[in-house]
Amino acid sequence: MTAIEISAAIKAKKLTVLQVVEDYLKKIKEQNDVTNAFLYVAHEQALARAAEVQAQIDTGELDDSPLAGVPIGIKDNISTMGIETSCASKMLEGYTPVFNAFVIDKLEAAGMIILGKLNMDEFAMGGSSETGIKGAVRNPWDTARVAGGSSGGSAAVVASDLVPLALGTDTGGSIRQPCAFCGVTGIKPTYGAVSRYGAVAFASSLDQIGPIGGNIDDCAALLSVISGKDERDNTSVIDKPFAFGDSTDVKGMKIGIPRNYFSNGIDDEVKNAVLSAARTLEEQGVIIDEFDMPMLDYVVHVYYIIACAEASSNLARFDGIKYGYRSKNAETLAQVYRLSRSEGFGLEVKRRIMLGSFVLSSGYYDAYYKKAMQVRAIIKDEYSKLFQKYDMIISPVAQSTAYKIGENIDDPVKMYMNDLYTASVNLAGLPAAVLPCGFDAAGLPIGFQLIGDAFSEDKLVTAARAFQSVTDYHTKKAGGNNS
Amino acid sequence: MKGYEVVMGLEVHAELSTKTKIFCACANKFGGAPNTHVCPVCTAMPGALPVFNRRVLEYAVRLGLALNCDITRCSKFDRKNYFYPDLPAAYQISQLYAPICKNGCMEIALEDGGTKTIGIHQIHMEADAGKLIHDPANEQTYVDYNRSCVPLLEIVSEPDFSSAAQVIAYLTKLRETLLYLGICDCKMQEGSIRADVNLSVRRPGEALGVRAEMKNLNSFKAIARAIEYEAARQIEVLEKGGTLVQETRRWDDNKGRSYPMRSKENANDYRYFPEPDLLPMQIDDQWIEGIRGSLPELAHEKRARYIKDFGLSEFEAGIITAHKNISDLFEEIARQSGQALESARLVTGEIMRMMNNTGILPEDLSLDAGKLAYLVKLVIEGKINRNSYKDALNAVFTRNVQPADYVKEKGYIIVNDTNAVAQAIEAVIAENPNAVTDYKSGIQKAFGFLMGQVMQKLKGAGNPGAVKAALTEVLGS
Repeated sequence: MTAIEISAAIKAKKLTVLQVVEDYLKKIKEQNDVTNAFLYVAHEQALARAAEVQAQIDTGELDDSPLAGVPIGIKDNISTMGIETSCASKMLEGYTPVFNAFVIDKLEAAGMIILGKLNMDEFAMGGSSETGIKGAVRNPWDTARVAGGSSGGSAAVVASDLVPLALGTDTGGSIRQPCAFCGVTGIKPTYGAVSRYGAVAFASSLDQIGPIGGNIDDCAALLSVISGKDERDNTSVIDKPFAFGDSTDVKGMKIGIPRNYFSNGIDDEVKNAVLSAARTLEEQGVIIDEFDMPMLDYVVHVYYIIACAEASSNLARFDGIKYGYRSKNAETLAQVYRLSRSEGFGLEVKRRIMLGSFVLSSGYYDAYYKKAMQVRAIIKDEYSKLFQKYDMIISPVAQSTAYKIGENIDDPVKMYMNDLYTASVNLAGLPAAVLPCGFDAAGLPIGFQLIGDAFSEDKLVTAARAFQSVTDYHTKKAGGNNS
Repeated sequence: MKGYEVVMGLEVHAELSTKTKIFCACANKFGGAPNTHVCPVCTAMPGALPVFNRRVLEYAVRLGLALNCDITRCSKFDRKNYFYPDLPAAYQISQLYAPICKNGCMEIALEDGGTKTIGIHQIHMEADAGKLIHDPANEQTYVDYNRSCVPLLEIVSEPDFSSAAQVIAYLTKLRETLLYLGICDCKMQEGSIRADVNLSVRRPGEALGVRAEMKNLNSFKAIARAIEYEAARQIEVLEKGGTLVQETRRWDDNKGRSYPMRSKENANDYRYFPEPDLLPMQIDDQWIEGIRGSLPELAHEKRARYIKDFGLSEFEAGIITAHKNISDLFEEIARQSGQALESARLVTGEIMRMMNNTGILPEDLSLDAGKLAYLVKLVIEGKINRNSYKDALNAVFTRNVQPADYVKEKGYIIVNDTNAVAQAIEAVIAENPNAVTDYKSGIQKAFGFLMGQVMQKLKGAGNPGAVKAALTEVLGS
């Protein structure tokens, strides 16, 4: 059942909220060891909430909420009041927020039920969900492989149907790449469409929270719930939440396909699946046009300079003074800082903090950060030119399918190149939908993305719906086979 | 000065008196139990985001316009990164690349009667840090975030000062301006205005010397002493053939000397970069003109007007405009009494005396202008005499009495009723035949005695002139 179908069944009294919640909690208990996707299961809170939500549904209060009664999993970098929010880091182990993120308030008001917090790369820094304190998330399609990252837990739980929906965050591809690796659907919204209030910041100018689900309608319904103006986030620029229709009409839509995304480095199976997805859309009346994506060679460099610069500052508050980890070995103030941060952060986080501190330091700012911001402006500009020509762009998400756990962990540069197709979307603040479009010979899922102009989510959802109306990749569920 | 000249620039931090903090809705109040005016934003909880209080922008523009600055139309915030326990985010939201005000100036009066123009390099907005509290008893340090995110303006001057007197003149006028604009309460003892002095020395005509930045200057007196000390210290180093290092020095007012805090070599690299959580501020001309139009009259403008329109002396106008509370009080008494000169006499006389005696500071002065205006009117109209007036003023100062009731109760209202005067005279003549006889036989002091008796009968409320005339007439007949 889809998330929307679950809610409808509850409203039709074919199911109770408690039945649904207990069913999922049972599955999580039995199967979480397979993927290691849940860091924390909010068992008691979920059962209590189930009763509350049932009462609200019974009085008709939630009639207009298509996701009322639907369970959801939350990436562990989104603040949940009363539920530990650790960002999968030793630094924040045991930290329980005293306030909810904007999106959490919204989904609770919509009658959704939080089942727990999901594993990820530490502080969302990584593309494989291997760097968290509680170990790697395993891909439900092949548990020897990564689930992608950083929202690996969010994609894995949806792929193995441990929850019907999840929230992830996307700073350089962190929703899209795990969705592609796990064969699920997701949306990275336009920057400013979903409030970042309560999402533990990695790179403030790039981070967005977005939905991950089994199909585009579930994701669109969740995006309607979590989007909208928040006075507490100055970068929240949308005036009202998205309202999506049910159109599948893509006739005459112009979609650009960047030729140079398919030239070198990309696996043939991935390439063919994405090209075939483009043909599927073409068959429905879309006009496909090839072009060369400018600036592609600079995307990863620019992204890492900006993301790490912001991260070095955003993560400075984890200093052992107010909350979180403090080294027991520290005696002086300088030691509190140095030892707490040395011991509390993992290797990749420290690598990025150092990189970010370096590019902002006196004498290097102009050469790195300032230059990167200039290139970012050019990338943004190039995208706006493209959207004068195209309604959207179709592209691969990653060059390969999910790789083996441990395969790239010691090669940060190779890991960073994972973001080649995704990071420019964040640099330009654009929305993108990711959809499953096939499997490789090993049976691993392949995904593609549709990138739209700012606030063109409705168009993206229409095209995605059109694609899923004639394909069934998104209906396949992972078996969790151990290979 | 052994042929050296001193070159100084000032960095003044002023805490703004907005109702709420700069980036959250917490109360902006001095004091309070530690960590009671705090929220996830000003304690930098993970995921909390700043929201800019537009009132701070308005206050910054007010000061910028008053100091003849250019207002930046697209102003931005930047992060200044450094670790210290009073800074919960480990970065301060400040302005480096596009400060709100630039290129201003202020004219100060010199001791020789001339004037000097001091350049204002820039004014920028930033968030204050919290406060560390050291407990010597158990050698623990605690942190209070009540002050975290209190709005600050940093006013950076050009290096245009050459003497402590100029620095004090500038600070006095800046303080006055902040008060008149109503944007800062300027309580130095509460730290709501703080000044750092950058000082270097050079031989006239030479390039600028190596500067030291002096911190922890908590009073005008401390500033003057620290300048004198630092100039002498630098000259001494140079005279002995030594070289100066660029450094930050902390003034110890008790010991009367300064100590190095950090040198340029171990200075923080603040790694400034644009604050990504706050969008650039777009400021339009119309909004600026609206603020310009609503700017209050400043002290120097008031002084000129008092002299021109009310005929006050420069001295009186100076005393009255030295603090906004005083000039507000003066204007209100003058308005309600219609007696500007007498009101000025009251403010510069009795009120100043009362403040000196009681130690009340201008910022804490709270007197009821209506009550004082009532008394001013009575004394000007001759309804009470000067002694009664002083006594009634004092009763208002100390007990905040209702002056109308008070003067009545005390019988201070001068009786002009000729009947009452005639009756009193008649009675006194009847009771004191000997004195009358003495007077008629030419003993002049008997008149004074009779006069006193009449005034006593009138309970001091007789108009002495009228009584004297009437008594002379009766005795003469």
